[in-house]
Amino acid sequence: MRPGDRIFQILTTGAGVFVVSLIGLIGLFLLVQAIPALQADNVNFLTSQVWQTTPDDMRFGIMGLLLVTVYSSLLALIIAMPISLGIALFLTQYAPKRLARPFAYVIDLLAAVPSIIYGLWGLMVFAPAIEPFSQWVNDTFSWIPLFAAGNVSPDLRGTIFTAGIVLAVMILPIITSLSREVFERTPTPHIEGALALGATRWEVIRTTVLPFGKAGYIGASMLGLGRALGETIALAIILTGAVGREFTWSLFDGGATFASKIAADYAELNNEISAGAYIAAGLVLFLLTLVVNFIARSVIAKKGD
Amino acid sequence: MSTTLEKTPATTPAFQQVSLARKVKNGFATTLIWLSFLIAVVPLVWLLATVVVNGVKRIPYSNWWTEDFGSVLSDEVGGGVLHAVIGSVLQGLVCAIIAVPIGMLVAIYLVEYGRGKLAKVTTFMVDILSGVPSIVAALFIYALWITTFGLPRSGFAVSLALVLLMIPVVVRSSEEMLRIVPDDLREASYALGVPKWKTIMKIVLPTALSGIIGGIMMALARVMGETAPLLVLVGYSAYVNWDIFGGEQAALPLLMNNERVSNPFDEGTVAFDRIWGAALTLVLIIAIVNLLAMLFARLVAPKKK
Repeated sequence: MRPGDRIFQILTTGAGVFVVSLIGLIGLFLLVQAIPALQADNVNFLTSQVWQTTPDDMRFGIMGLLLVTVYSSLLALIIAMPISLGIALFLTQYAPKRLARPFAYVIDLLAAVPSIIYGLWGLMVFAPAIEPFSQWVNDTFSWIPLFAAGNVSPDLRGTIFTAGIVLAVMILPIITSLSREVFERTPTPHIEGALALGATRWEVIRTTVLPFGKAGYIGASMLGLGRALGETIALAIILTGAVGREFTWSLFDGGATFASKIAADYAELNNEISAGAYIAAGLVLFLLTLVVNFIARSVIAKKGD
Repeated sequence: MSTTLEKTPATTPAFQQVSLARKVKNGFATTLIWLSFLIAVVPLVWLLATVVVNGVKRIPYSNWWTEDFGSVLSDEVGGGVLHAVIGSVLQGLVCAIIAVPIGMLVAIYLVEYGRGKLAKVTTFMVDILSGVPSIVAALFIYALWITTFGLPRSGFAVSLALVLLMIPVVVRSSEEMLRIVPDDLREASYALGVPKWKTIMKIVLPTALSGIIGGIMMALARVMGETAPLLVLVGYSAYVNWDIFGGEQAALPLLMNNERVSNPFDEGTVAFDRIWGAALTLVLIIAIVNLLAMLFARLVAPKKK
């Protein structure tokens, strides 16, 4: 092999190895920085809902953050999944070919909007607009724990309910675009076969497109979930931190997610010992998104073979 | 015999008789699918309208683009976002300078050299990296750059965090572009005795270049809207700061967050105008970068001939 070739191969392979090692490095550095704070922690890190990072008396646990993170992300997923499915089917099966491309572009535009703008819009425009609806749901169905009065002020703006809906809008594009790609690959003979048997358009979708794209759609949804779990600034703006209040499973709770907590209290990072608590929380968020993304990618990769 | 034949015209075969239940189901599904698309368009239009209507108040004045907020009080009308635009552009460019070569090397590795296990792992890890939340990337750089190396918070630290977020996007788009370069070109080059690395540099890369640049600009637009790394890794300054390695430095999302946290931002306040003005400025910059990206991507088309 010529020397130029050798150098070039080493360079490119090195870049590949570097990217592979990045994930490990992220985990390693976060872990090392989190250990001193974890040793100084006076409550159980995994089960406590308290978050107190006074350097002399560290009491912090992730349970509260974990519950709000997962709860708001699941709500977003439940809202976004059917809508994304609808859009993906619309773009692949219903929209005229000439319109499908621009429409797909419009949906992709949603992904290009910076998340801080989603946050500001969510709090200042969207939350007041759905406030009457939230209030009505809260008043009418308060006997269901899901809709009971929450732990934040009664104007019901900075709630998990609002945050979940805004999150749903934010993860729509990723679920839609990936599902669309999968649905597009449905073998034409399957579709034509179903049509030849006299199936209606919906029956064609139900019998060919959906079974073919199911795994891809589920993988795409999990990627959306991963995105929602890690969303930072939009939630830091929308969610009202409910300091010292326990999580109650009400959608009208406030609270903080891993990411929004770190973003909201970024000033705490200036103190080395309190910083460790936030890094520990970041490490848990990293592992959580890692697992979700890992499963999502495995599902999608399996389908691709 | 012949009379019965006349009574059933040959043009309506039995299988065209779709039962009412199936018709209703089909119509219902069609409605839902159209509806889901409309549901997704509503927030986009609403969001953009909010940004434009609220943001347009200050943008047309020349001092918005030529001054910073250093000389005006926080509740005083006037000043501009020059400092934040400079910060955003500087941090974005430095990020691109680091992320683009790494990302392209990885893409070249995957397309030209990658065989076997390492290539599979690299592809997978690039996907996983794209799922790492921005706040985790920020914490990693914090743990590496600020705690471990003891270096100050700076615009450069922000760029490093953005690099982590930009690499996977650059790899994905470059990889796609490199793969559509026809093998005939490579083979013709080898046949002339050109070494592999020279073939890649002189034949493959130039062929794919405009598409790659398009992808890079798309990635750049994406990272310029990030807020989380800014919160963790650099302080806000109301003055123009050209020094990316030292001191506080503004960026558009950071400016928005700073105004939001430090001033009451109800409608009609100075902070309100500043926040939405900065939001519109950010959206405009992202739109311009995206437009350029599309122009470059379009340039790739004639080369396919």
